Amino acid sequence: MDARRGSLPVPRVRQVGFFTPNAQPAPTRSQSGPPDSSSPPLSDSPASNSLSPVMIPPPRHHSDNLAAAPRPTSPLPVPEPSPFRRRGADNNNALLVGSYNPAETLLAMSPSSSHVGDGESEETMSGGWFRRSNSGKLASSLPSGTFDFSPVQSTAEALKPNKVQNPVGISEVSARPAPKEQQPEAPSSSKQPKPKLTKAERRALQESQRAAKGGGKSVAAPEEVATIKSVKQHQTQKKDAPQVAVSVAASERKGGDKSQEKERRKDAPAPRMQFDDKSRVEKAKRRSVVDQTEAKKRVELFRHLPQYEHGTQLADLESKFLQLDPMHPAIYKVGLQYLAGDISGGNARCIAMLQAFQQVVKDYSTPPEKTLPRDLTAKISSYVSFFTQCRPLSMSMGNAIRFLKNRIAKLSPSLSESESKSSICTDIDRFINEKIVLADRVIVQHASSKVKDGDVLLVYGSSCVVEMVLLHSHELGKQFRVIVVDSRPKLEGKALLRRLVAKGVHCTYTHINAVSYVMHEVTKVFLGASSVLSNGTVYSRVGTACVAMVAHAFRVPVIICCEAYKFHERVQLDSICSNELGDPDAIGKVPGRMDVNYLNDVSNSGNLQLLNLMYDATPADYVSMIVTDYGMIPPTSVPVIVREYRRDHLLI
Amino acid sequence: MPDVQALVNEFLNKLKKRKIEGSQATAKQTAELLRSVISQQRVPRTNQAGALIDAVRAIGEQLIVANPIELAVGNIVRRVLHIIREEDLSLTTAAVAELNLSTVSDDDDDGGGGDQDDRPVLSAAAVAAAARNTLRPPSLQMLLEGAPDFVAVPRSSSSGGDSEGKSKSMDRNSRTRKLKHDIIEAVNELIQDITTCHELIAEQAVEHIHQNEVILTLGSSKTVLEFLCAAKEKKRSFRVFVAEGAPRYQGHLLAKELVARGLQTTLITDSAVFAMISRVNMVIVGSHAVMANGGVIAPVGMNMVALAAQKHAVPFVVLAGSHKVILVYIGASTCRGPMLCPLYPHNPEVLLNELRSPSELLDFGEFSDCLDFGSGDGSPLLHVVNPTFDYVPPKAVSLFITDTGGHNPSYMYRLIADYYSADDLVVQRRHAAGN
Repeated sequence: MDARRGSLPVPRVRQVGFFTPNAQPAPTRSQSGPPDSSSPPLSDSPASNSLSPVMIPPPRHHSDNLAAAPRPTSPLPVPEPSPFRRRGADNNNALLVGSYNPAETLLAMSPSSSHVGDGESEETMSGGWFRRSNSGKLASSLPSGTFDFSPVQSTAEALKPNKVQNPVGISEVSARPAPKEQQPEAPSSSKQPKPKLTKAERRALQESQRAAKGGGKSVAAPEEVATIKSVKQHQTQKKDAPQVAVSVAASERKGGDKSQEKERRKDAPAPRMQFDDKSRVEKAKRRSVVDQTEAKKRVELFRHLPQYEHGTQLADLESKFLQLDPMHPAIYKVGLQYLAGDISGGNARCIAMLQAFQQVVKDYSTPPEKTLPRDLTAKISSYVSFFTQCRPLSMSMGNAIRFLKNRIAKLSPSLSESESKSSICTDIDRFINEKIVLADRVIVQHASSKVKDGDVLLVYGSSCVVEMVLLHSHELGKQFRVIVVDSRPKLEGKALLRRLVAKGVHCTYTHINAVSYVMHEVTKVFLGASSVLSNGTVYSRVGTACVAMVAHAFRVPVIICCEAYKFHERVQLDSICSNELGDPDAIGKVPGRMDVNYLNDVSNSGNLQLLNLMYDATPADYVSMIVTDYGMIPPTSVPVIVREYRRDHLLI
Repeated sequence: MPDVQALVNEFLNKLKKRKIEGSQATAKQTAELLRSVISQQRVPRTNQAGALIDAVRAIGEQLIVANPIELAVGNIVRRVLHIIREEDLSLTTAAVAELNLSTVSDDDDDGGGGDQDDRPVLSAAAVAAAARNTLRPPSLQMLLEGAPDFVAVPRSSSSGGDSEGKSKSMDRNSRTRKLKHDIIEAVNELIQDITTCHELIAEQAVEHIHQNEVILTLGSSKTVLEFLCAAKEKKRSFRVFVAEGAPRYQGHLLAKELVARGLQTTLITDSAVFAMISRVNMVIVGSHAVMANGGVIAPVGMNMVALAAQKHAVPFVVLAGSHKVILVYIGASTCRGPMLCPLYPHNPEVLLNELRSPSELLDFGEFSDCLDFGSGDGSPLLHVVNPTFDYVPPKAVSLFITDTGGHNPSYMYRLIADYYSADDLVVQRRHAAGN
């Protein structure tokens, strides 16, 4: 321990300590916020702790938290100052200020800037209580070691009502007596202080937790107000706050960790329905509206995916039209369109769904003895499961649904029903506009800047963004050729080819098999995506991976155009584990080719299976660049966007 | 002669109209045609081998021109030429040996009949060895021994003729007949080989396919079909994924036949190859032709499959009858004499390819309404590319299974030495120059 202390940082810390006039401020600080805030927050606490570099980790928090505060750049050895973390912290801070101000003023405490110092000052005794809820948060989140990586969650934590936090403040206070043993450890890295607690501290903590139990119960109510006021809360926090707050408070510190973990777990995508799990399939069937006959010849490898006879549901659903009273006609219409394949393409499907929901919301009236957020969410869930039966949802749709439910859940109860409804409708409109329409426009701007005169661009299938890029570049007067690569059975490229040729773009059309034949002359490959997964994998129309692979082999850059709302935190390594199966009969028949009819007579043989995969996963190595509405990023940056974007989701 | 010419013309027409599908059928028919050419060819007294070679070469050239993409034609022409040379050489050597022997034991001409029967048999091995030495392209051993190789070949035929001229006329007649007879025998053997190469290849199936294997293939190949069925007959149960091979959909045909033979078959689109390959244990495909460097000319889409297999470290096995091994020295480092490159340039996927009708991709007239939008410079806005073949580089191939066993891609060049004569590498050029 001592040896470590003796390492580099120590002299620096001392310096800091000497520079600042801290000996006095420390005790007074809790009362006088402003003076404190003027003094470098880093310095004061160490100094007050008699030169020990003890306080380094908290200051680090600080510095992150209060990036805005006028403060010389930290003289401390800040380990691994990753830009992302910092940005997150900034956001965090913004959140704090925004949502937290009312509470502070309520308690007549020092201005927001001062709570920095407060967070640090462990010595502050009783005076800081209420205000220091914040500091308590910081301190409590610190030992958990998770703070740095979960700004959002910690924000949520921060937003928890004062009362819950207060005990932490207490714990800090009581823990102080034994600072010297633990503190030296802290500076070395903020992530491992927990095991280093001394006995005294642990006991103090336990006591404080016990205290928290008592305190939490008593003040559960006021905190609710606070939560409601803070609109920018984390989604899960909302759920927790009213009912669970007590239990959270119960095990104050551990509870804090747990709830964080819980939230993180909630963040992680839930495992998908596996269709080889018989009991669950049975359950799902009982609930389902659409009566689907299972395919007789299922491909063994894909037992975990729904394999239904195609074409049977449509008629069935149509006949049920009048019986399905709970189903809103708009939903029904869109569902049928999904089923019939009239609407395809990630954006189109997503917009159609959102607009259907908008219609639902407009026509919605809360039934008696129910609350709008709950009932509407339940309704939407049932509609979503209907959509899923019509056609498995794309990940982008999942994101949109999550957004919608999130918005509904966060509606302020003070709003009247019509206000709530209109707010949801505008939210949906905004989502469509900002996340899809505007995002596409930005992507087109970015991507067409990559098109140069004389380029030969290869596109695969029919992606609406890519088409917009091509047309926009063409309108800009750039001279380029397009190679449209197509594949069976959908032959979506033909439609794209038609539109491009109609606009006067020079085109070459070929099938995917010939892709290595044409790749020689290609200078760039533009591909769309259904979703981009957090490990950089591009989940897209089947065949995209082949094209990207061949392009990679020929050293041709592969550019993926994808809106950021399609990013998903799921990860996937292959195309088998999660996929969608199309109509197998489409494989055996070749429309327009009378000579290809080999399979007509054997198609009912038990040995023959037809597999119509819809998607595949392109490994990140093949992708040179992903163009999103946030700019052009390498596939490795996808998780960053996913994380940042989640927060953005909250702020919208 | 006229009937031969008629046969040739008929075959030429078939080739030109691409009526003959598949390298095996082409190879077999070419060999049969050449056999009839040889049998009909009138042979002069002297230099019979030369006359035969010229005749075969003349027809071979026409055949190759008729369908330059069907490399099996050229291969068979070369093989037949090689056979003629080899037979001629062995006969000559035998004659020389006999002459020597007869000078030694001149006294008992008739009584030593039993002896004479024995001696040629004895010398056969030596003859074969000698033939190898002279006919093979230079090897390290030859370089070290300093044996003249290329000069020896043409001279051997002429010297054969010379020695022939020296020998008695009775002998000459019988020998003439014998040469032709031998050649036709050998060509028959070749045809036999071509027909049975499936079986020879299929015999090896059990060594490569194990229980519960998942095999991916693309397009349709008779060799692959036989190979898989051979494994199936040996009670191996496995699963086959067949990529359909658009736009020709040969995969449908293969799937149908596999199903008919009771194999578990799954038909997938070509685009799903990458998605499925991670669950595939082995890729087994047929080929159109095999290059000397171990590269493969195969149905379109094969390069994609090979790349995917390479990425997932799945063995990529090519089945090829030896008639498919063609003489292409890519990079031309081993070329001697006339350049090989004009015939087989280093860009096989473009230059050894054939573009088929666009109507297989787009229906005729489907885009006629769009085509009014032609640009000012008169060039059409829309092109359709529909190649037939793909070139798979040797590094993507794990193994060749031929009728002579399994080979590494790097070994393929050696097979050429066994099957072709160095003189015949350029059938066309030499002849054109001669004209």
